Amino acid sequence: MIRVQNLTKLYGDRKAVDGISFHIEEGEIVGFLGPNGAGKTTTLRILTCYMPATSGAASIGGRDVFNNSMAVRRIVGYLPENAPLDGNMRAREYLSFRGKIRGLNRPDREAAIKRVTDQCWLGDFIDRPIHQLSKGMRQRVGLSDALLHDPKVLILDEPTVGLDPGQIRETRNLIHELAKRHTVLLSSHILPEVEATCERTIIIAGGKIVASGSPEELKKRIREGSRLILEVAGPPDEVKKTVSGEKGIQSVECVASDNGWHRLTIETQKNVDPREEVYKIVKQKNWSLRELRLEQGSLEEFFVRITAEQAAKQRSSKQEVRS
Amino acid sequence: MIRRVTALIQRELVANFLSPIAYIVAALFLVATALFFMPLTLVEGGEASMRVTLDWMAMAVLVFTIPLLTMRTLADEFATGTIETLMTAPVADFEVVLGKFFGVLIFYLALLLTTVVHVFLLLKYGAQDVTVVLYSYLGMILLGGLYISMGIFASSLTRYQLLAAILTMGLLSLFGALVNEVAGWFTGLWRQVFNYVNIIHHFEDFSKGIFDTKAIAFFVSGTLFFLFLSVKVLESRRWR
Repeated sequence: MIRVQNLTKLYGDRKAVDGISFHIEEGEIVGFLGPNGAGKTTTLRILTCYMPATSGAASIGGRDVFNNSMAVRRIVGYLPENAPLDGNMRAREYLSFRGKIRGLNRPDREAAIKRVTDQCWLGDFIDRPIHQLSKGMRQRVGLSDALLHDPKVLILDEPTVGLDPGQIRETRNLIHELAKRHTVLLSSHILPEVEATCERTIIIAGGKIVASGSPEELKKRIREGSRLILEVAGPPDEVKKTVSGEKGIQSVECVASDNGWHRLTIETQKNVDPREEVYKIVKQKNWSLRELRLEQGSLEEFFVRITAEQAAKQRSSKQEVRS
Repeated sequence: MIRRVTALIQRELVANFLSPIAYIVAALFLVATALFFMPLTLVEGGEASMRVTLDWMAMAVLVFTIPLLTMRTLADEFATGTIETLMTAPVADFEVVLGKFFGVLIFYLALLLTTVVHVFLLLKYGAQDVTVVLYSYLGMILLGGLYISMGIFASSLTRYQLLAAILTMGLLSLFGALVNEVAGWFTGLWRQVFNYVNIIHHFEDFSKGIFDTKAIAFFVSGTLFFLFLSVKVLESRRWR
């Protein structure tokens, strides 16, 4: 449905998007995840025909976003960041105007407004001036607008930013509902958000795609090389020595000592779980055991790590250029 | 296309009637027009025609009121970000500009209609040549169109409404009073050039009651030129 090939966008000398490629199948719900300034909004703006790419190609539903922009705009519903709206209109007037420029005639328009009002729970707010609406309500009006022409593809830029927790949950449920009928691409810089709503995540940092896959796949990638937490009462040096002797263990480090108790982190090799072996040693030595836990890296950690790596890489490459 | 432009015009008009600025501008317009009409025409020995009032409107009143009507048009779309929703809908750039243009033009025509009161007042004191009155109003409409297109062009250049207004006032006085002054410093070809780009110069034919196709061509092509520039600026914003 959405196909992006080698897309690059330059702002002056700065590469906002740096040769990214991905594609999204019909009916998928995909999260575009990345820190602020990673190039998410730029990519979405290119896809929605707001601005052209410097190089590369993108198409939606087989139509090129640059050469066949009007056809793309007809099948895409777009909610820009912060949902910009005409503040002095009433929500109904605004949606009616949007319906008109989308070429809906009066009965279709009224039916469409009725439909999106129900879908987005606008309720009585539909007849309020937009400038009186709360952030969450405005976001819903923006979403209603994006849904008005029943688009094949929905592109949502940070749909839950600035909402309160209740509204965030409602919006997520709504997006889940929508994903049944539309292909959805949403961006976010908050990981749990994407984790909760999307089947697939594309992580972007510094204008490049650094990872992509379902949350499970990403988690599996993190699990490679996980870490054990061990808290025992025993002579620290001996504990360290015996445990490091075990197979599959990379390093052992004592991170805290308290009243004879020692807390150790044990880095293991890929796909190894030496909990049993560690327990046997502890039992054999007759030390007291307070905790033995396999710590799986969270998606959050993974996200922070790879985006930090990307940022560091960019910094060093810049320094190379300078020197 | 017609339907989309109509929708855009409607939106522009609604925005105008909902904003206090439009009412302030309307009040300013009425007061200023009357201030020229009362002491210059409606006095003993005054010339019983709309000429003097309309000339002053062209030179002064419109130079300050039109920029206040056009400053919002595109600058505000950039400032609030609504341009993004507009230009990702199936609407062409030129349709956006046309919608803005006609939206402001209709508001301006409504303002202009109020000055017809003065014509009725004059009819009470002396005969009026209807064709002269009609020509001068045709001139006012063409002049307004050109001013509005220049204002929209200025508004396309910035996201600050105030800057757009000041820029428009600068442009309007440049091609009016200023060129008029400068033309006096030269003779020969340069004088002709400066006189040709003088908007007021072309307008004066109309207020005198002369039907001049050259002047009509000047206004229409000037308006199209600035609308075209606005569309190009709007397009170029995408490339940045």
